[in-house]
Amino acid sequence: MTTAAAVSTDAGNSGGAGKAGDADTPYALSHLDALESEAVHIFREVAGEFERPVILFSGGKDSILMLHLALKAFAPAPVPFALLHVDTGHNFPEVLDYRDRTVARHGLRLHVASVQDFIDRGELRERPDGTRNPLQTVPLLHAIESNRFDAVFGGGRRDEEKARAKERVFSLRDEFGGWDPRRQRPELWQLYNGRHSPGEHVRVFPLSNWTELDVWQYIAREKIELPAIYYAHEREVFARSGMWLAPGEWGGPKDGETVETRRVRYRTVGDMSCTGAVDSDAATIEAVIAEIAASRLTERGATRADDKLSEAAMEDRKREGYF
Amino acid sequence: MSTIVDPVDPVDATGTAATSLLRFATAGSVDDGKSTLVGRLLHDSKSVLADQLEAVERASLGRGQEAPDLALLTDGLRAEREQGITIDVAYRYFATPRRRFILADTPGHVQYTRNMVTGASTAELAVVLVDARNGVVEQTRRHAAVAALLRVPHVVLAVNKMDLVDYTEPVFAAIAAEFTTYAASLGVPEITAIPISALAGDNVVTPSTNMDWYGGPTVLEHLETVPVVADPSEDPARFPVQYVIRPQTPELPDYRGYAGQIASGVLRVGDAVTVLPSGRTSTVEALDVLGEAVDVAWAPQSVTVRLADDLDISRGDLIAPAAAPPAVTQDVEATVCHVADRPLKAGQRVLLKHTTRTVKAIVKDIPSRLTLDDLSQHPAPGELAANDIGRVVLRTAEPLALDAYADSRRTGSFLLIDPADGTTLTAGMAGSAFAEAAEAAAAVADADDDGEWDF
Repeated sequence: MTTAAAVSTDAGNSGGAGKAGDADTPYALSHLDALESEAVHIFREVAGEFERPVILFSGGKDSILMLHLALKAFAPAPVPFALLHVDTGHNFPEVLDYRDRTVARHGLRLHVASVQDFIDRGELRERPDGTRNPLQTVPLLHAIESNRFDAVFGGGRRDEEKARAKERVFSLRDEFGGWDPRRQRPELWQLYNGRHSPGEHVRVFPLSNWTELDVWQYIAREKIELPAIYYAHEREVFARSGMWLAPGEWGGPKDGETVETRRVRYRTVGDMSCTGAVDSDAATIEAVIAEIAASRLTERGATRADDKLSEAAMEDRKREGYF
Repeated sequence: MSTIVDPVDPVDATGTAATSLLRFATAGSVDDGKSTLVGRLLHDSKSVLADQLEAVERASLGRGQEAPDLALLTDGLRAEREQGITIDVAYRYFATPRRRFILADTPGHVQYTRNMVTGASTAELAVVLVDARNGVVEQTRRHAAVAALLRVPHVVLAVNKMDLVDYTEPVFAAIAAEFTTYAASLGVPEITAIPISALAGDNVVTPSTNMDWYGGPTVLEHLETVPVVADPSEDPARFPVQYVIRPQTPELPDYRGYAGQIASGVLRVGDAVTVLPSGRTSTVEALDVLGEAVDVAWAPQSVTVRLADDLDISRGDLIAPAAAPPAVTQDVEATVCHVADRPLKAGQRVLLKHTTRTVKAIVKDIPSRLTLDDLSQHPAPGELAANDIGRVVLRTAEPLALDAYADSRRTGSFLLIDPADGTTLTAGMAGSAFAEAAEAAAAVADADDDGEWDF
């Protein structure tokens, strides 16, 4: 935590209270302090300039981090935004439980946009591969339109993926929710331009400059609780496309896929049908940080089937209005 | 400990929790090998992971290249890969045990001056690339001018492709001397020239064995050691109010906190302050850094300020020391970079966004346009087209508490916005053009050998 006139910050319970690299001035900030300050500034800009912002909340670590930062940004007042969960119907039970406890604890308002409802009404069709991640775009855009949300906070980070590396902090979307990388507004200094026409909205990415390691270091420093599936546990899994998937009502395993019990954890949390677990003994946050620091795979490369579809899979989804 | 990864010292793994952050930008043309340099920095600092490298190897093979083309690490969009160009600023992240880096990778085409301006606006350091075979060309001068204009504190000249000039010192020395003279004349306070081969890896991360005559740092060593923290106590405090926090709960019926990010300087409990533009005065009663009460806070911390008096303060107001407030004005003269496709014209009505305040404004005059290649002034251009740099005179509908950009990048900068559709039109820097500022900086440098700018 930041303390008055401290030279550097204590690394909290992460065990490695190193000195800041520029400790020759009493006014140094650690990189976590700098990233935190930037994210809080972004939340407050949106609160000051928009009428109906909403935070996308999946129960994954990035959205949990966003909510934590929003709580700090407006304390001692409550967070002036609602949450929106785009529910694929293929949820990890631990994550839904976490979501509902969090909403109750902070007295938040939760909107749920359900992929299953759209499938039931015949407005979306299940894909042959069973994954529902690409199907989230339609319910998301419907929720934005029907609730007239004008700013939508997403937990996307530029280090995740090549198309996301070109994303703005304030990303203007047209009335179809589409992203046009060639027509983005230049983003200069800390001056974010959130002006938009009726029907348009702005996606806001407060974690743009964070990396996976930053996220975990900050979670450790702030002692933020996460759903248990982020830590090593015994789980029944089966192999598909080089990943460990968890069986469930979503449809796995198919014939010829055998279920076995392994010690795993999740590096990302999304739709059960396309989010893979990794073999891991990392049962504590210190062990998770050590594991990530030494990992030779990116988190999406290790755990996301949807990004393996093609080299431009994320770019194509973003153009359609995806997160 | 984990079983699936190499053993790692947990202190090393978590020790980076207290490293500092450096934001830097790269500029150079397609042919200067900029993407290769960036790819090399990421690759040799072990920031490229196996799946990313495999993707690059696959793509390189698909194009019939035998060795992995490191440029493909940074060219993210389909259009870029298809055309072999970079169309926009891309942000890259890597870390060493000493520092975390945010790299704004900006394309160097003529038509994309605005991208370099964008990347340089938040950068504390800029890397300008030249091809050792071509030396300082028009584009190099343009990149130096943008870095000077945006007041990037540190500039690195990376003389690339030294392998193609047989690693000879005189080639490097001549280019370094020419560039340093030019950049210094623009007021760039610190220039470091480094001979490299991005393709072969000389002096990017590991010291070159081909250039024994060079005793300076590699690019990465320089990035790791350049000082990033200017002393904020030398600057007057500037606190633009972003948002007023009023819980109005039974426990906190009267709490009124002003939320914002300190734009420059240091705030202390007990400071006498003026609120602009109203000019009312009060005292800092309490400071909160995200939930923790403190006695002192500094730029760029996000804080909540409470004042001793109940004043009418809202978003867009500026809290400053009573002894050192900025001038309040409705007449703004500035150097601008026009970033929109539609031109900016005299007489145009715009919105001006400065810190947290957005006001109506009118473009009174465009007295000159600047050619970045040779710094020649073209009087009365009538309008500024995309990527033009020029001087503008504005009149605002309401007063602004504006610093000179030379004094504060944060409170001296602004955007012009199209009121009709919200397009970002122009990036503005208040006060005198950099040429005049360079003279002032030269005068300061004469008086004080450090010659460092105040940021």
